[in-house]
Amino acid sequence: MTQENIIMAEERQATWRERHQSTIRQLRLYAHTYSRNASAMLGLAIVALFFFVALFGPLFVPYPEDATGAIHLDNKLQPPSWEHWFGTDEVGADVFTRVIVGARVTLHISLFVTVVAMLIGVPLGIAAGYHGGRIGQVIMRLTDVFLSVPALILAIAIVGSMGPGVQNAIIALALAWWPGYVRLVQSKALSIRSAIYVDAARTMGASNFRIIFVHILPNCASPIIVKASMDMGMSILGIASLGFLGLGAQPPYPEWGAMISTGRNYLPDWWWYSFFPGISIFITVLGFNLVGDGLRDVLDPRGRK
Amino acid sequence: MLSLDHLNVVFNLGTRRAPVPLKAVRDVTLNLEKGDCLGLVGESGSGKSTIGRTILGLNRIETGRITFEGVDIGNLNRKSEMQLRQSAQMIFQDPHSSLNPRMTIFRSVAEPLVLHTSMRGAELRERVQELLNTVGLETQFLYRYPHELSGGQKQRVCIARAIALNPKLLVLDEPTSALDVSVQAQILEFLKGLQQRLGLTYLFISHNLAVVRHMCNKTAVLYLGRVIEEGPTEELFQKPLHPYTRALIDAVPLPKSGQDKRSKLIRGEIPSPIDLPPGCAFYGRCPHALDGVCNLTEIGHFSAGADRYVSCVLQDPQRSAALS
Repeated sequence: MTQENIIMAEERQATWRERHQSTIRQLRLYAHTYSRNASAMLGLAIVALFFFVALFGPLFVPYPEDATGAIHLDNKLQPPSWEHWFGTDEVGADVFTRVIVGARVTLHISLFVTVVAMLIGVPLGIAAGYHGGRIGQVIMRLTDVFLSVPALILAIAIVGSMGPGVQNAIIALALAWWPGYVRLVQSKALSIRSAIYVDAARTMGASNFRIIFVHILPNCASPIIVKASMDMGMSILGIASLGFLGLGAQPPYPEWGAMISTGRNYLPDWWWYSFFPGISIFITVLGFNLVGDGLRDVLDPRGRK
Repeated sequence: MLSLDHLNVVFNLGTRRAPVPLKAVRDVTLNLEKGDCLGLVGESGSGKSTIGRTILGLNRIETGRITFEGVDIGNLNRKSEMQLRQSAQMIFQDPHSSLNPRMTIFRSVAEPLVLHTSMRGAELRERVQELLNTVGLETQFLYRYPHELSGGQKQRVCIARAIALNPKLLVLDEPTSALDVSVQAQILEFLKGLQQRLGLTYLFISHNLAVVRHMCNKTAVLYLGRVIEEGPTEELFQKPLHPYTRALIDAVPLPKSGQDKRSKLIRGEIPSPIDLPPGCAFYGRCPHALDGVCNLTEIGHFSAGADRYVSCVLQDPQRSAALS
């Protein structure tokens, strides 16, 4: 075996680690940049806690039956104490239990809304930006119409026509949320469409399908990720607003917005009833927004101030 | 091998209802034989790149024909299109944006192979390594991202990608103008060697006359989308016939020439390709312009020796016969 052959043989067995060396280095750099951003790390901690509570919280809450409408009238509207950390509500249910279980409900809903909005918005944005032409025009004008109505108002209108309920609220929010993604992806796809590497791919005979999935989508990914993490927070706010207005989850369903809505009648004397769900919403939304900001700084350095 | 026959390319800057046509390429006829390196020179906006991109099917042909190895590329089915894509490739001006920033060098170079061959796995990796070696890059770059490479290295990667399928024709669209001078020379020498080794045919687009003179055996000068002069490179450079070609060659700065060349430089701006004046497009800037002739009649192509054509009334044999 000649020297050259030995080298070739060694190279052929490039390990997974070697082949992904650059990727690993890049991810490390991202992690490093992110970890130096204190507010982003705070956001990450909040989001991590939220996910932990949403996934495992229902397993260790002190009064699981209170989440599903158990009634202990002798124990109603107790202030926060050792037995009831966040106090109890008007039927004597433990507010702490209901807030913890509510986290899971909230995670469900916000994930669903964000994912569905992406699934509608991203393909439409790609179609409008990459294909352009008359179809693109139609998609963009439709998007403009949706964008001109505030998402929450639109969602209220949709729920109003379908009737209140968690299911309907989720559908309504998802339907009101996609136009932002169309805007974002369309402008990105439009600029990447005329990038030289797309021309190069075309001269090599790449199909539109391949150009979209190999060249355009990966280069649109970072703004989509940033927007999605922000939207997790915004859709939590949206679903809570619908709950508060009585259009989303109905009591005794343990949803934060609905809890605030009922608790409002007991303000200010029994403040803990709406205070704790409210602060949960506040902190969670803040967490997702901080994470989104941090991700933008890492993934899209040009967007930095 | 490649011939352009009265090619016209028009871009519409307006809308479909109110079109504003921009005639980027007008009536261009060119021929390339196997092994040729045809230099296409002209200032910015003269349609050089448009011609290259049209050959690769990136622009729509308005009228005229492009035939590549006897096949009309204006109407291709998917199969013959894929064949054309294999045998004609392009290298773009800016290597920094010619590579997908999200793809490793390996994936970029492998892309044409994945599209056109059934090579996968170890075989594919070997071929990509071989290609990188051909262009003088070490295999350590295989799994790097483009932003980790220098401009010259990126351009080498682009060359590796372009020659992956053993093409017959390479369209080089100002392959070195985005690079440092020292790297330029390297890449040019490499391209020259590559042409000889692989028996390639080049269409070399450039605004750098010295580079064209060094690289090409034939040269065509473009002005506002028209070929105004064409011929063997040395002959054309030594005895330019069209006033514009002369002006271009005179405008090349020479070190320590001592003579003041400002008097010879052409003045004025290139006219707008949207609103073309009648007659010779160079009329407004030409020091030898003839009122009533150049600005009124369309100027034809006149033969001026073997393989030499020029589009200028001053070279019209009939006219000089009539005058004498």
